Amino acid sequence: MQARLMHSNDRAGNHDMNDLATRTTPTPSLSGGGRSKPHARRVARGATGAANPLLPPKGGGIRWGSRAASLVLAFALALAFVTRADAYLAYVSNEKGNTVSIIDTAKLEVVKTIKVGQRPRGIGLTKDGKYILVCVGDDDTIEMIDARTHEIVGALPSGPDPEQFAFAPDGKTLYVANEDNNMVTVIDIERRVPLGEVQVGVEPEGMGLSPDGKLLVNTSETTNMAHFIDTATRQIVGNVLVDARPRYAEFKRDGSEVWVSSEIGGTISVIDPVKFEVKKKIAFEIPGLRKEAIQPVGIRMTGDGKTAFVALGPANRVAAINAATHEVQKYLLVGQRVWQMAFTPDEKLLFVTNGVSNDVSVIDVATLRVIKSISVGELPWGVAISQQ
Amino acid sequence: MIGARRDGVRPMIRRVIAVATIVAGIVLGGAAAPAADPAEIRIGYLRQPEPKLALSLLQVPPDNDGVAGAQLAIDDNNTTGAFLNQRFALEEMRLKPGDDPAAAANALADRGVSLIIAALDPDALLKAADAGRSRGVMVFNAGASDDRLREEDCRANVIHTAPTRSMLADGLAQYLAWKQWRRWLLVVGSHPADKLFADALRRSARRFGARIVQERVFEDTGGARRTDSGVVQVQRQIPVFTQNAPAYDVLVAADESEVFANYLPYRTWDARPVAGSAGLVPTSWDASHGQWGAYQMQNRFMARFSRRMTALDMQAWSAVRMIGEAASRTRSAASKDIVAFLKGPDFALAAFKGQRLTLRPWNLQLRQPILLSDGRMVVSVSPQEGFLHQVSELDTLGVDQPESKCKLD
Repeated sequence: MQARLMHSNDRAGNHDMNDLATRTTPTPSLSGGGRSKPHARRVARGATGAANPLLPPKGGGIRWGSRAASLVLAFALALAFVTRADAYLAYVSNEKGNTVSIIDTAKLEVVKTIKVGQRPRGIGLTKDGKYILVCVGDDDTIEMIDARTHEIVGALPSGPDPEQFAFAPDGKTLYVANEDNNMVTVIDIERRVPLGEVQVGVEPEGMGLSPDGKLLVNTSETTNMAHFIDTATRQIVGNVLVDARPRYAEFKRDGSEVWVSSEIGGTISVIDPVKFEVKKKIAFEIPGLRKEAIQPVGIRMTGDGKTAFVALGPANRVAAINAATHEVQKYLLVGQRVWQMAFTPDEKLLFVTNGVSNDVSVIDVATLRVIKSISVGELPWGVAISQQ
Repeated sequence: MIGARRDGVRPMIRRVIAVATIVAGIVLGGAAAPAADPAEIRIGYLRQPEPKLALSLLQVPPDNDGVAGAQLAIDDNNTTGAFLNQRFALEEMRLKPGDDPAAAANALADRGVSLIIAALDPDALLKAADAGRSRGVMVFNAGASDDRLREEDCRANVIHTAPTRSMLADGLAQYLAWKQWRRWLLVVGSHPADKLFADALRRSARRFGARIVQERVFEDTGGARRTDSGVVQVQRQIPVFTQNAPAYDVLVAADESEVFANYLPYRTWDARPVAGSAGLVPTSWDASHGQWGAYQMQNRFMARFSRRMTALDMQAWSAVRMIGEAASRTRSAASKDIVAFLKGPDFALAAFKGQRLTLRPWNLQLRQPILLSDGRMVVSVSPQEGFLHQVSELDTLGVDQPESKCKLD
């Protein structure tokens, strides 16, 4: 869901000259930036790590020139500051722990843990970046966390048992799947009031919004359908049967395809959102793994539409897929029961939650390698990453 | 706690909204919702009159045991059906003592009902199935766990959603093996069903390397399941009954008739855990099961029926959902299309067990994980890690194809 927000930002960016400019300018220097930033991060970490031993111990056993020490310190601080400038915060909802872990994406470590309500799952940032929204299903609400103070400052009338949500491109409207009541609730975020409901299939779950915001896709787990909802009329305009237990829906950013994951069916249905037809099914085969263990859940696609990542649940792997040919390029071994994912805004890193092993794996998107795992709270479920 | 905070009125309002939305959808949706009359799929439900007894008040079966599960699945199917222009209905038929199950199956077939959920004992089930066979009736066995119905007495027109005794026993035995509780004291009741479960447990012990150090029989000498001061006698009786046993790790009880097993925990002479018909019980469903989305199912059931969902409810739900699944995949209300899909390679059911459930093609048994519950919590779910199989790990539970005596024609 967090990418819901990122996507809607990007979508809005298509109509917004400023956003467009900020998005396009880095492109020419992308390769340079790509190399320098992880490097800077490494240096920064090294320097920070080295800074402490360099400080004279209490009572001063080793004599350091105070000037040299302060220079080193200043240098370390400066580097740290540079790193901070492009560090993002990743917010991870821990379903069993009732907490949200905050990870500094530059340090790749947890910097803070926030207590939230019962059973936090779907998580995302509002378009203005002011709030982190987290579905606390067992409290029947969506909590609003202030992104600056990290305190819970309010709640949205989500309807019962909210699990996932999607933002409208204007950032003002939120669409929430209510798993217990076979419906999607529409909420005005600013006024914090419900605007209406749409009745869908049994156990609505995945929520995806078309780039223009006109078409909402909701998946219902026991009905096994992707329901296409016209956001203007709030009427269902198409229903597409997919394989068992559809979990997640993701539009390509050019709006040409919707991908829906079927957890029990073990496939991704690639749906034509104009004809409302499945045009391709992507299946997964991993040597040595039985078919039943391959359970696709979270889906993320890069902004250029070239690569898609699919979290395969108890297969403990993320599939990297060529989004044009729909062929699996590589399976990346991550933690146990991999569930949801989020890119950093520069799309260099992908953070994935591993529910059973209580950690988050970090994938380097360019090299398709898992570079780190970070311990978080109990049963991490969703992840969202701040834009600044 | 589940469902307690939800009021009863809201679901009804939702349902009204649902109907309104669907009607609006049909009017406005065009291609999405065809305007023709929905295709109707009527499903029969045949049930036994037998009064069931239980030692624990909590386990006395409710009057709508099983039927409620079928009704919930009808609701679920209809929610889906609203998008596909299909309608599902349940026709319940309750046999009275002495009623002929064959006549009941024929009566349903006369009314054009050819898909029948059965919660019957094995002989009654076979009579109903054999009567319906020439009339194209497919029976879904939701109630009988007898292995013989999937073995020497298997039928091409009976699909089984109830797990077999051998599946239940294997599910338990795998966990006991994982726990290294390999020395079993087996206590068997004196009724035929108890003996059949004991047979399954002996087979499981052999398969998974457990040793039955001794067997004892608990004779049913008649009498009521509950009396006002019965607990006093039970407390004296059970320790003595379990005294002087060879060294053992776990007491395994086979008591489907609810005569003694629930008296065993905390009363054995030696301090040992109890499993089987009491203590750690293998089952297809438990009211405490919440994993893999089961929480939603439990909430839905509680909101609709104001009670917890039983294993029989789940087995009936699975049967009706299988029919719904086949009807939506084939977009057909014809039972021959539905049955062909269920027997084909594309059928899979999502039933809150963490993996897809499929049919064993050689005897039409639904493959399924087995929950191990102590009545308060699901302790574990079998197959256990490390029990491997070349086709499906679910086939480590119960009689496998190479050993099967079933020949479908």
